[in-house]
Amino acid sequence: MRLFEYALVSGVLYGLFYGFIGVGLNLLFGVMRLVNLAHGDLVVWGGYLAYSLTTSAHVNALWAIPLSIPLALVGGLILYLITVPRLRRSEDTETSSLILFFGVSQVLVALATMKYGTNQVTLPELGNPVMIFGQPYAASLVASAALAVPALALFYYYLYRTRLGLATRAVMANEEEAIASGVRVRRVATSAFVIGVAFAAAAGPLATYMLGGINPTTGGGLTITAFTIIIIGSLGNPLGTAAGGILYGLASSLTQAYAAPWTGLVPYALLLAVVLLRPSGLFGRRVRVA
Amino acid sequence: MPELESLEDVTTPPGTGASPARHAAARWFGRIAPLVVVGAVLGAGPSLYNNLAFLTTLAIYILLAQGVNIVYGFTGYLPFGFVGFFGAGIYGSSLAIVYWHVGGYAAIALGALTSVVAALILSPLLRLSGAYFALATLAASQALYFIVANESWTFGESGMSLPLLFSPTALYVISVVAVVVALIVVLYVRDSHFGLSLRAIRSDAVSAAMAGVNVVRTRTIAWLVSAALAGVAGALWALMTSAFYAETPFDLTISVYAIVFALFGGVRTAVGPVVGTVVLYSLYQYIGISNPQYFELIYGLLIVVLVLFLPGGLTSLVGGRGDRPAWWNRLVRRRAAPEVAP
Repeated sequence: MRLFEYALVSGVLYGLFYGFIGVGLNLLFGVMRLVNLAHGDLVVWGGYLAYSLTTSAHVNALWAIPLSIPLALVGGLILYLITVPRLRRSEDTETSSLILFFGVSQVLVALATMKYGTNQVTLPELGNPVMIFGQPYAASLVASAALAVPALALFYYYLYRTRLGLATRAVMANEEEAIASGVRVRRVATSAFVIGVAFAAAAGPLATYMLGGINPTTGGGLTITAFTIIIIGSLGNPLGTAAGGILYGLASSLTQAYAAPWTGLVPYALLLAVVLLRPSGLFGRRVRVA
Repeated sequence: MPELESLEDVTTPPGTGASPARHAAARWFGRIAPLVVVGAVLGAGPSLYNNLAFLTTLAIYILLAQGVNIVYGFTGYLPFGFVGFFGAGIYGSSLAIVYWHVGGYAAIALGALTSVVAALILSPLLRLSGAYFALATLAASQALYFIVANESWTFGESGMSLPLLFSPTALYVISVVAVVVALIVVLYVRDSHFGLSLRAIRSDAVSAAMAGVNVVRTRTIAWLVSAALAGVAGALWALMTSAFYAETPFDLTISVYAIVFALFGGVRTAVGPVVGTVVLYSLYQYIGISNPQYFELIYGLLIVVLVLFLPGGLTSLVGGRGDRPAWWNRLVRRRAAPEVAP
């Protein structure tokens, strides 16, 4: 019972963090049908920023979050300008973007390997373990989950309470009608792209804690997990992404507790089950079957 | 070398080209020439670079790239988890050798059969589109990996070890034959009515169905054929490697290499994937093994440049003018295209 309780609580904690990772990806796919396979690698680079900060400046790793956001905005804008306008003209944007961002991912992995090597990199623990229902959880785990909540709230605010968010949702629903209604699609797309990249980078330090360390190849698995979550939670729905994250976190930590060798199978089995049984996701309306 | 696109040949208005007989001759030349050239180059391979392990792996990658060519090039479905069929071929043939003590040729056939069965089981994935399909195949291949790696009857923990059934030379000869057969298959898909149906489905499935194409059946056949190629590639790899763990057969980079090799040379052509594989895999051999991260960097940049500036691959530079990217046409102002009277 204590094992079950532990798995349940850590599942929710991990789930919130995975929701945080998922929202940025959801935004890019929802608005532009871009399959950002470099998403996980951007997260990893956020983690490496935190690592550099703790090793060279000896400050709290969480300072990397505010620092990573402006860097990600600039980097994201450059990446956007190089790739997206040309990509959007190609005959099959979705598949082309998948291949292109795989290339970007390879570049990010190669650069990370050159700078940080292939060894696992960890961040110093934040403090004493936190007691939840009488069982200890690492402080970094709780802090990461706690930071994911305001991040998700901020994302919700952007998408549902601002004019830009309204325009973004309009483009997600129907791009041509959005153009006809005077939405400046290019501006919406640019901001969605840089916001998505910023969310990825900001999740980096948390990922380093949550995964117990990062190495240059961590990103690939993270990307797949993030895709699983946004497909479970339906596209263009940040609350769905949060819920999908929690569902995934629970499934993953329960498997970890009771059938450890199969933990790696969880994201793939969930992804297959959802795309085959309910391709619109658990919280969506539209069905995307060919 | 004049690469003839049969569809254009058929639609060329009379009076603009040569006589029908010469036309048919040229078309057959366009089919035979790639076979002869590819067969001769690979046949002469060992005397150019005497490293049979490299050359056999090269042939295996050509088979995989041709598989990607058929399913992605002609149907537009990107099989990101294509390595799953490779792995299925590897384990199908290996387990047949271990449990049934079959011979080498039977093992290759059973490897292909295992992949086809796997593809049949996964054919519901063809209902999905775009990124959903790509990611679902990826998930399926990795699910297969976890099953193989965790079960004892697949030797997941102890690793597989096989007797050597072919000498390296014999295996290379078989691989070259397989590559030539794959080329014939792709030429058939390119020039046949079946290939025309595939292209029709790719550009507009609804219109194709209206025109009487059996969309589901045509698509599924292409899917099974490409899986069979990957299965043969897997069986050859198993026979070559003979001792391995489940990680390598299901390594996603194999999928990615096959996709990029095919794209780099040019999908929807017969020789494109062969050219792409020869160029890029040689590059990998040259720098990838000693400095993997530099290779990864070059590779990543190459993919980005390819998607943005050369979506038709290398062969599109020498193909019909319409296939060439606009910047290339501007760069190479060859003789102006003949004006067509309205």
